[in-house]
Amino acid sequence: MGNIIDWISQPWPWYIAGPLLGLTVPALLLLGNKSFGISSSLRHVCAACVPAKIPFFSYNWRKEAWNLYFVGGVFLGGIIAGFFFSNPDAVVVAESTQADLAALGISQYNNLLPSEIFSWENVFSMKGLVFFVFGGFLVGFGTRYAGGCTSGHAIMGISNLQWPSVVATIFFMLGGFAMTHLFLPSLMKLAGF
Amino acid sequence: MKTTIEREIDTPIECEAPNLQRSQETGLALLKYMVVGVFFGIILVKSEVISWFRIQEMFRLQSFFMYGVIGSAVVVGMISILLIKKFNIKTISGEKIKIQDKEFRKGQIIGGFIFGLGWALTGACPGPLFAQIGTGFTVVAVTLVSALAGTWVYGKFADKLPN
Repeated sequence: MGNIIDWISQPWPWYIAGPLLGLTVPALLLLGNKSFGISSSLRHVCAACVPAKIPFFSYNWRKEAWNLYFVGGVFLGGIIAGFFFSNPDAVVVAESTQADLAALGISQYNNLLPSEIFSWENVFSMKGLVFFVFGGFLVGFGTRYAGGCTSGHAIMGISNLQWPSVVATIFFMLGGFAMTHLFLPSLMKLAGF
Repeated sequence: MKTTIEREIDTPIECEAPNLQRSQETGLALLKYMVVGVFFGIILVKSEVISWFRIQEMFRLQSFFMYGVIGSAVVVGMISILLIKKFNIKTISGEKIKIQDKEFRKGQIIGGFIFGLGWALTGACPGPLFAQIGTGFTVVAVTLVSALAGTWVYGKFADKLPN
């Protein structure tokens, strides 16, 4: 029950945010027959900038340029929300999460991401290597191998009753559970926490 | 020379979520997708979906929040697609709405798991990466470049991986 009070006190509750995010699906379809999906943008950037004659990147990425406009918009939306409607209060997550993260060395909740990890001074350290370089690589490699991410599979795919997307989503979650519970403690130790 | 290249790229390896609109859009017409992206980005930030803390909370099963966000987004998406199909609703330019089916491949299992590992580390899927940078965490640009590298490496070895 404590969780319920937790989410009521959040800036935008899930039952507002979730349905609004879901409306992206019909919005893109109605505006121009576009299937919602974000990780493809990474592929289009590769195809546009470093195709290197690789068959996987030899396609007409210009036809998919809408996707790059979309992620450009997500970036702008981040700027607008971050600078004009930003929440001055600390992020409040479940107390049990706070306790677990404190044990790992994370205790700064004054922003959406912990400053102990996400700061420029960490770029050339083990922290940067683990969380930015290694983490980012897994995201880019994994989403393309899976043929989609949370938007393309979990939201768009399941909305369209595609069972391969259900499989993908289950394995996204399993990967996340495995990282959080099995590997994160030792990776954090490796990163110097 | 240019025509050979154009011909090559006109027969691409189809991407997973191809643009199925027949009429072409250029320049200003594409801005409408940016507007949708802006709304999407604002919601991601205001609901704290882009927060590394929220992702940790989700994978520790310590809050319903993220499950509520993703679950209700799926329900709304599902109802929308049902209505579009049932009433044969057309796009604003009058085209029939088409959605490519997702084909099952081993990648959804192996790649999906790999992405999950990265999701818990970075606290971000590809969408939130862009929004995190926008909110002022410019260092996440390093993560984004690394994600591009990951995508490229997958593309390079795509035909050698089990699929």
